[in-house]
Amino acid sequence: MSDYLLLIVAAILVNNIILARYLGNCPFLGVSQKMDTAVGMGMAVVFVVTIAGMITWVVQYAILNPLGLEYLRTIAFILVIASLVQLVEMFLQKSIPALYKALGIFLPLITTNCAVLGIAIINIQEEFNFMQTVVFSFASAVGFSLAMVLLASLRERFPTARIPLPFAGMPIAMITVGLLALSFLGFTGLVK
Amino acid sequence: MSVVKEFTKGFWQELPPFRLVLGLCPTLAVTTAAENGVGMGLATTFVLVFSNVLVSILRKLIPSKVRIASYIVVIASFVVMAELLLQAYWYPMYKALGIFVPLIVVNCIILGRAEAFASKNPIIHSFADGLGIGLGFTLSLTVLGSIREILGNGTIFGTSVMWSTFEPLKFMVKAPGAFVCLGFLLGLMNIISRRRPAH
Repeated sequence: MSDYLLLIVAAILVNNIILARYLGNCPFLGVSQKMDTAVGMGMAVVFVVTIAGMITWVVQYAILNPLGLEYLRTIAFILVIASLVQLVEMFLQKSIPALYKALGIFLPLITTNCAVLGIAIINIQEEFNFMQTVVFSFASAVGFSLAMVLLASLRERFPTARIPLPFAGMPIAMITVGLLALSFLGFTGLVK
Repeated sequence: MSVVKEFTKGFWQELPPFRLVLGLCPTLAVTTAAENGVGMGLATTFVLVFSNVLVSILRKLIPSKVRIASYIVVIASFVVMAELLLQAYWYPMYKALGIFVPLIVVNCIILGRAEAFASKNPIIHSFADGLGIGLGFTLSLTVLGSIREILGNGTIFGTSVMWSTFEPLKFMVKAPGAFVCLGFLLGLMNIISRRRPAH
């Protein structure tokens, strides 16, 4: 049990998927201007990453490994993720319209979120078992949402700050993320 | 637009990742050293050139409804090739780039060029566009990698360039340094492009 707890703390704080592993930067910077979109995107990512992690694990160990097709992993995973996103979108639209309304516009964006494919590949590279895969995928996605909510709350203050003109927009956002990452460096060594 | 112009626009007008703010993850992750920047840039260029050419050849055959999925399959195939080539001929680089080799497939620059350029233009133009953007990307990664390597390690391409009492700023080769350094470079680019008249 404590193993899983360590895995969760490590995935959220020590090896934060954005601030330490550099995955998923495009949506991170793209939709973190407002708090509500950041929360929506975060929820969609948690949902998709966890399911994608489970399915790609099964694909790897039930299909690719027995057939000796490990080198097709990249193609197989990206196809699984793309169709999964599509399926999730259709399923939510039919059965849980309220959730679809909340996550709707963020779902298509997730296909090109490298965090999803990245986490799926990390699961295989670290040779996690199925339970560890589920826990790690979920915790990493929570870490993504945490970083996103933190950045959104900082960026909401930008309009009232006096930023030098050439740095307005993307440059200052980058530097802010850098400072955020610096504070997350403080968690290094928390979990071995 | 001439073929030459398609090639040269990748070096300033549409220089990734500064003018086209896409493909940030590999940009930030692998630029801990100048050499890794070159390796990542060349691998991306390889995929970009071939996927641009193939998408351009197939542009009249692919139905527009399934085009994005088709592009992803094309790109993923070339990424797998790049992965196997790196493993066979440049193993240390394959190790250094790690997870970011398979992740070239989700580099938005490549899908972006397929959708915005190769699907609408003849083969030779698409080839020039892919090569120009790819080499521009390589150049940017090398510059960013050099800056971080010099400040964070006191070396460039592995050879020492700073004076002997220079204390390396270790944080430059870690995640915060990547973000701060890219932020400052983006700001610098904005200052320079404001001085130059618009094209």
